Amino acid sequence: MLELKNISYHVEDENGKDILNHINLKIDDRFTAITGPNGGGKSTLAKMIAGIIQPTEGQIFFEGQDITGMSITDRANLGISFAFQQPVRFKGITVLDLIRLAAGDKLSVEGACKYLSEVGLCARDYISREVNASLSGGELKRIEIATVIARGMKLSVFDEPEAGIDLWSFQNLIKVFEKMHDKTQGNIVIISHQERILNIADKIVVIANGEIQNTGTKEEILPGLLNGNLECRHNAGGCIHG
Amino acid sequence: MDEIQKTLLMQVADLHEVPAGAYNIRSNGESAGRRSTEHIEIVPKEDKPGIDIFIKPGTKKESVHIPVLMTQTGLKELVYNDFHIGEDCDVTIVAGCGIHNGGAQTSEHSGIHSFFIGKNAKVKYVEKHYGSGEGTGERVMNPETIVSMDEDSYMEMDTVQIRGVDSTDRVTRAKLGKGAQLVIREKLMTHGKQKATTNFYVDLDGEDSSTNVISRSVAKDSSEQVFYSHINGNNKCAGHSECDAIIMDNAVVRAIPEITANNIDASLIHEAAIGKIAGEQLIKLMTLGLTEAQAEEQIVNGFLK
Repeated sequence: MLELKNISYHVEDENGKDILNHINLKIDDRFTAITGPNGGGKSTLAKMIAGIIQPTEGQIFFEGQDITGMSITDRANLGISFAFQQPVRFKGITVLDLIRLAAGDKLSVEGACKYLSEVGLCARDYISREVNASLSGGELKRIEIATVIARGMKLSVFDEPEAGIDLWSFQNLIKVFEKMHDKTQGNIVIISHQERILNIADKIVVIANGEIQNTGTKEEILPGLLNGNLECRHNAGGCIHG
Repeated sequence: MDEIQKTLLMQVADLHEVPAGAYNIRSNGESAGRRSTEHIEIVPKEDKPGIDIFIKPGTKKESVHIPVLMTQTGLKELVYNDFHIGEDCDVTIVAGCGIHNGGAQTSEHSGIHSFFIGKNAKVKYVEKHYGSGEGTGERVMNPETIVSMDEDSYMEMDTVQIRGVDSTDRVTRAKLGKGAQLVIREKLMTHGKQKATTNFYVDLDGEDSSTNVISRSVAKDSSEQVFYSHINGNNKCAGHSECDAIIMDNAVVRAIPEITANNIDASLIHEAAIGKIAGEQLIKLMTLGLTEAQAEEQIVNGFLK
């Protein structure tokens, strides 16, 4: 459904760095996790799929169609969703507004509440709140995920959903993804360092230094990761790489 | 009342027909309808254009509508409206001005509204400005609001100017007595070559008086906005002013908040922020399928909601 062909991303600064280097990757599994050390190019890759960053070389195909030159909007309308690592705040736009923008204007309040409940938020406490700094990191994260669920697209990309949230919120978040894995109609790509998220993946892709280091099922990949094959490992709370 | 006037009336006062309760509709410099009620009396001034509105003490849950409509090009007027609000009232006052200028000459409405708010009274004041018309003549509105608040009174003032006013110079002066509380919320959008200046002067004279002045604005195209707020803490009091502006295109926004503490127990805060729409906000909405223009519109509408 998604294919990255020879994708490179080169940053032109004084040092001139290759963030991604000739990546070739096919994503057909229902739940794909991309993991690897910080700075390895994972988020860049996720943003490239959504159209936020353009590759300096290579092509991206979605359901056989070349989408490399397509705008963010066109890709979104074609069936790609993207959940930000750091959810964006808006003054004046409410949680209901945002979910309606995601799902379509006709969505009822009850319908919006359903999506919030799915991410473990008590809907009536949130529906009319503004998506601004008054919400905590964990709350924003879940609202962000709710907007992606509400879109119900063919491909949903989540960029480190666990980043910046406390352990307690994380436990709930895992449940959200476990449920999503069981219920989703589309394909999910999730950038994550969390063992519990990797554990529900059908396929794990390890990216380090801008290159694909390894690809395979969790049975094939996880033992190597947990044995510390990557250069750094913090295992507190099930975190392979902090 | 013709269709243009009806449209203006809807824009500035959300009215389709004559309102319930007391009202005074001023159209092209003349009275187009007036009704007093048992508790609210509207009396035309004899020495100058305008009206006196007397609200009896203890009047609760009643409203007064005083819209002004102008459709005649080149008309210039200065109107004095005085509101005498008795003790223990709880009332809503809806003012507003709509100018439709289809001609080449400047149409200008300047309204001086004075409020005398009695003890314990609660007032919600809503003022909307709207301009329309294809003529080259400017649409100018210069409202002045003078507020005098007695002990423990409360006033909420919501002003909205979203479309079609070429030039506006707003002045609001308020003096607060003991325990009085004033909340001002301004929403402003300018486009084209429009110019808008707002000036707020609030004197916190009474013990435990407080004010919150909040302005949210969007400046598009080559428009210019200036926001001044002056809060003087003359007693044990609390004051806060906040100006938050989105700047777009080639617009110019200036914010000059001033707070003066003349008393050791005055607690005053000001905040001012001007910036363009954050790129990540646009990107987020585009990932939901909106075009950049649609995303921009949603962000602006939300901001001014």
